[in-house]
Amino acid sequence: MPDTRTGAQIMCEALIRENVEIIFGIPGGAIMPFYHALWEYHDRLRHVLCRHEQGAGHAAQGYARASGRVGVCVATSGPGATNLVTPIADAWMDSTPLIAVTGQVSTAVLGKDAFQEIDITGITMPITKHNYLVKQIDELPYVFKEAFHLARTGRPGPVLVDVCKDVQQARSVPNWDVPIDLPSHRPTYEIHDNPVLEAVKLLTEAKKPLIMAGHGVIISGAAVELRELAERTGIPVITTLQGLGAFPQDHPLSLGMPGMHGWVHINRALQECDVLFNIGGRFDDRVTGKAPTFAPQAKVIHVDIDPSEIGKTVKAHVPIVGDARTVLKQLLAALPGGDVGQDSDPDRDDRGVGQDQNPDPRNGRSPPEDWLKHIREMQHLHQPRQHYLKRPDTDNLMPHEVYAALNKVMHERGNYRVVTDVGQHQMWAAQLIDWRKPRTHITSGGSGTMGFSVPAAMGAALACPDDTIWVICGDGGFQMTNQELATMKQEGIKNVKVAIINNGYLGMVRQWQQLFEGKRYSHTTLSGPDFALLAEAYGLRGMTVMQQQDVEQAVNDAWDHPGPVVIDFQVEREHNVFPIVPQGKSIGEMITEAP
Amino acid sequence: MKNHTLVVTLRDKPGVLNRTVSMFRRRGYNIASLTVGHAERIGISRMTLVVESEDVEQVAKQLYRLVDVLNVDDVTDAPTVEREMLLLRVEANGSRRAELAALAQVFDCKIVDVDHTTMMLEMTGTPSKVDNFIDIVRPFGIAEMMRTGRITMVRGLSLKKELHAAG
Repeated sequence: MPDTRTGAQIMCEALIRENVEIIFGIPGGAIMPFYHALWEYHDRLRHVLCRHEQGAGHAAQGYARASGRVGVCVATSGPGATNLVTPIADAWMDSTPLIAVTGQVSTAVLGKDAFQEIDITGITMPITKHNYLVKQIDELPYVFKEAFHLARTGRPGPVLVDVCKDVQQARSVPNWDVPIDLPSHRPTYEIHDNPVLEAVKLLTEAKKPLIMAGHGVIISGAAVELRELAERTGIPVITTLQGLGAFPQDHPLSLGMPGMHGWVHINRALQECDVLFNIGGRFDDRVTGKAPTFAPQAKVIHVDIDPSEIGKTVKAHVPIVGDARTVLKQLLAALPGGDVGQDSDPDRDDRGVGQDQNPDPRNGRSPPEDWLKHIREMQHLHQPRQHYLKRPDTDNLMPHEVYAALNKVMHERGNYRVVTDVGQHQMWAAQLIDWRKPRTHITSGGSGTMGFSVPAAMGAALACPDDTIWVICGDGGFQMTNQELATMKQEGIKNVKVAIINNGYLGMVRQWQQLFEGKRYSHTTLSGPDFALLAEAYGLRGMTVMQQQDVEQAVNDAWDHPGPVVIDFQVEREHNVFPIVPQGKSIGEMITEAP
Repeated sequence: MKNHTLVVTLRDKPGVLNRTVSMFRRRGYNIASLTVGHAERIGISRMTLVVESEDVEQVAKQLYRLVDVLNVDDVTDAPTVEREMLLLRVEANGSRRAELAALAQVFDCKIVDVDHTTMMLEMTGTPSKVDNFIDIVRPFGIAEMMRTGRITMVRGLSLKKELHAAG
């Protein structure tokens, strides 16, 4: 029977057929047949053995976010599977294409509380685009095909495939030609002309227009089209947290990030604008503040590939369901002046955007110059309070001094990606680093999962072996998943550098306790090990920095070191992220300094 | 908040009912009633769902995110035929039996079971007719009641008018 395969072999071949090159996982009883077969495919499928399934999941996410490809993680049943729940939920919230493969107990004992049996399909139902429990070997080929199709098309997201152990062990001749049968899953890419014309009319007639670019622009690979739209219309561009990098921040039309920790001039501009073009963002509550008070003067054009996001939190006057890049092209063709046709090579590398010289942004069509001038005046007015300065009363290393050095060295050297964790350091990174290219800023946004950064950076490092991956994390998040440093050592992953912004607190929570809860620091004071020593214990390089004059040298040394480095930046302990829009308030009600 | 009647066509796959109802729970949409069964094609089920909502369009969009949902129609304001079935066990002995039987006839009800102290009645009708019957019979004493929830189908002429208008 030459053509028969075990279920496990079929699973491996299914992954290879989907162009998977790397998978992240940890073996166990219910997934052992898969691992047995995996060994035969080691020249085509690389497996990275992680230290916690959560790390495997975040690594798959980091791989996907950096490359745009589907990330794959594998775990056994029971606790292996439940350890994947956090990364799956994170991928769900941030629209990351992810496949989670889990082993399941044999069909003979399913439903009877067997050893390491858990209803992972039930548990992950609300946090996956779809999931599958495979109880028959003949289902494997089309389940994997469908799963990957769902993960990567339309709005990307996580899909879980749970495979019973006896299915992995059974034998059959796989039928790879089963077509995908998803009659209801037909994402809209192109749109009819009417909304395009309506949008063009609004954009070209607006007196105070704004473009807000979200994650969808990056997922769609639309940075070039976005820039062309901005330059031809002269409309200033805001980028959300997940949209950072979609528009180069050194461009004259770039404003920065809006929302809870957005700059004053941006939130004010949003509250004053008369047309808001949201492309690829979902009007998350961190951006809108109290939704009914958001952008009260604006007619909203909302472009999103997921129809359920349109009108969900903010009313759209011109709703456009479609793919960002395709819609932008249609808009550009409909603009007065016609299709001035930029490069339309589908294989082009979007990361080239921002390198060339900035042409005249006012290509004939622009809103009154007063509007951008007015925004820049507001920016100038608030700058002294917005830009964090060295405090005169302390010699301690300020967080911002670290970011200034990182920003400087990153732009000198190029070829970098940044993965941040969650908390104050994450917001400072978003605010203080100049983001210029897509997929250079990778962070957990919708879920805000602490511990995301180290494993995700590992995945990004494998996706982008020619880039240096900088982790910026806090001492809290670092302590959640740092065991993946051992994985990096074992796998010979060299291009990861970790910058810990160490303030001995769960900083963001402490900030809220200071500002809103009368300084009751309930369980936010955090101790930790000597991080540099810990790194050395893992066989990596560790450094400790406590003075501003040592920062830039440390960054450069770390960059030049041929292997992973952990730098413990011991910073001023109590320092806050400003501005801040308190929860439930309008974005017009920003606090810009501690009371 | 208004009650909306949705007719949902779904693929008949394991767990599809669970997925649908789970999604409603997670989004906070309150289900007033739900019936589901096989539709005219093999592998397809049809569901009649009555949901309390301020934004039924969003409910429909969230339903469409489920891979097994094929079609969602809001038939709240369409001309429809709606039916619900009721089984009722009513206290009835001696002379009360005759009275109950007469009432049953008025409502086109069938007597499907009798014992020494109770009678079981079966009734099919519009949801409001079912409501009325329960009200009328309540003074007798309802020992046990079971309603199916409504099934709804749009009237043919109005469908054909739409098709005709669409050309």
